[in-house]
Amino acid sequence: MALYSEKVMDHFRNPRNVGTIENADGVGEVGNAKCGDIMKIYLKIRDGVIEDVKFETFGCGSAIASSSMATELIKGKPVSEAMALTNKAVAEALDGLPAHKLHCSVLAEEAIKAALKDYYDRQGVAYDPAQFPDCAHCEGCGR
Amino acid sequence: MKIYADNAATTKMSRTAVDAMLPYMDEIYGNPSSLYTFGQRAREALEDARGRIAACLGCEARELTFTSGGSEADNQAIRSAAALGARKGKRHIVSTAFEHHAVLHTLKRLEGEGFAVTLLDVYENGLVTPEQVRAAIRPDTCLVSVMYANNEIGTVQPVSEIGAVCREAGVLFHTDAVQAAGHLPIDVGPQNIDLLSLSAHKFHGPKGIGALYARRGVALTNLIEGGAQERGRRAGTENLPAIVGMAAALEESCAHLTENAVRISALRDRLIAGLAEIPHSVLNGDPAKRLPGNVNFCFEGIEGESLLLLLDDKGICASSGSACTSGSLDPSHVLLAIGRPHEIAHGSLRLTIGEETTEEEVEYLIEAVRDVVSYLRSMSPVWRDLESGKATHII
Repeated sequence: MALYSEKVMDHFRNPRNVGTIENADGVGEVGNAKCGDIMKIYLKIRDGVIEDVKFETFGCGSAIASSSMATELIKGKPVSEAMALTNKAVAEALDGLPAHKLHCSVLAEEAIKAALKDYYDRQGVAYDPAQFPDCAHCEGCGR
Repeated sequence: MKIYADNAATTKMSRTAVDAMLPYMDEIYGNPSSLYTFGQRAREALEDARGRIAACLGCEARELTFTSGGSEADNQAIRSAAALGARKGKRHIVSTAFEHHAVLHTLKRLEGEGFAVTLLDVYENGLVTPEQVRAAIRPDTCLVSVMYANNEIGTVQPVSEIGAVCREAGVLFHTDAVQAAGHLPIDVGPQNIDLLSLSAHKFHGPKGIGALYARRGVALTNLIEGGAQERGRRAGTENLPAIVGMAAALEESCAHLTENAVRISALRDRLIAGLAEIPHSVLNGDPAKRLPGNVNFCFEGIEGESLLLLLDDKGICASSGSACTSGSLDPSHVLLAIGRPHEIAHGSLRLTIGEETTEEEVEYLIEAVRDVVSYLRSMSPVWRDLESGKATHII
């Protein structure tokens, strides 16, 4: 059996939405190079809808595939739906990840949420901070 | 196109080894411990193989014990030296931070059993000096274990000199020669080696077979209880086909050792020169004191697993010391031992070429690695920060 599903390999080999957005409305970066993965998400939001999303990722195959899939899942969706994105949804959309790679899907969820938090901050929108997990639970890095 | 550049992981069996093994599967399949003539023919083949391997190492046949491979040989060597030491109240062992886990994990166990272990630091060039060893030896030291050549960065240690230091101090010296056997000259007498581990599949022999050399007078502790095979030092019916294959492979490798080393080193140096042209890359390990086929680089701003997957798509078999490829949180302990920071160690690539590697393959490897590194950097936020001056290049 291959390490990754066909879906993961497809998103790894042909990642969707790679790049940056000039004058993005929200930017989020999570992870740590020391741990071996960093994801950066750029959002363009108009009328409460995610009009465009791009990512940059330093990491393993599943990190790149998770970023790609997460951007696909929120593109064109209302901010409220993007806020509801879970790591489980990312992993399922990829037809599963190996157990020791599940943290890549967690990172993807956190990256999207970090970008949304940045968007809220810039817009002065009030929010419950508890909605935004930080990556402090990861013992791997001393961020 | 398929380019096998992972010969430090395992090698293709040589035709000579395969041919040597075949008769011992369905013709001379008797048990070497059986009394009848048919069994004794197997016994003769076993002892013939032992003698031929001994000749390659410069030892006596009776000083060799067959094991299931390099890991078992390392375990047994260290356990045996520890048991001998403990009898004299000596419970201190000197080794290095970048040994194979077969050595490091055994030492960890021994620490739990009351032994003290000193792991020597490795310099940035991946070498340990005899002076470091001399300084670390204490009155209660019972063993020094330093690998002949490192499995990741390929650096070749000054084994003879370290052996001399140990002999002078009256301390047993073990060397894990798994990467060296068949590739570098070994002569246990002049090199002052008391215990040496080797594994057949690293020199075109079969998997699942290895040997432990123990100088006469160094009593081995058996790890596996059972019958009296291997003079009571390793129970279990001998894997005769594999042992015969190992002997054939080692003889062949040793017979062509110098010419292979010259040819492969030249390809290695071309590969190193080609990869060194990639900006912000660094060769791991001393450029000259390294195995003929070993190339190990770190590339800043990328992660090793994605590098391996994309090289795989181009038909290249390689390995990396990144955490993601090891299934642990930390990158290679070897790269950390030579002082590479975590973020750099994650972007490592090991290419280990061999007898079958061609010049064309080396050029293809250089081009493929250059392309993949550049592609991965183009989507890496770490690389963007480095290039924009937001972060500082380390290499």
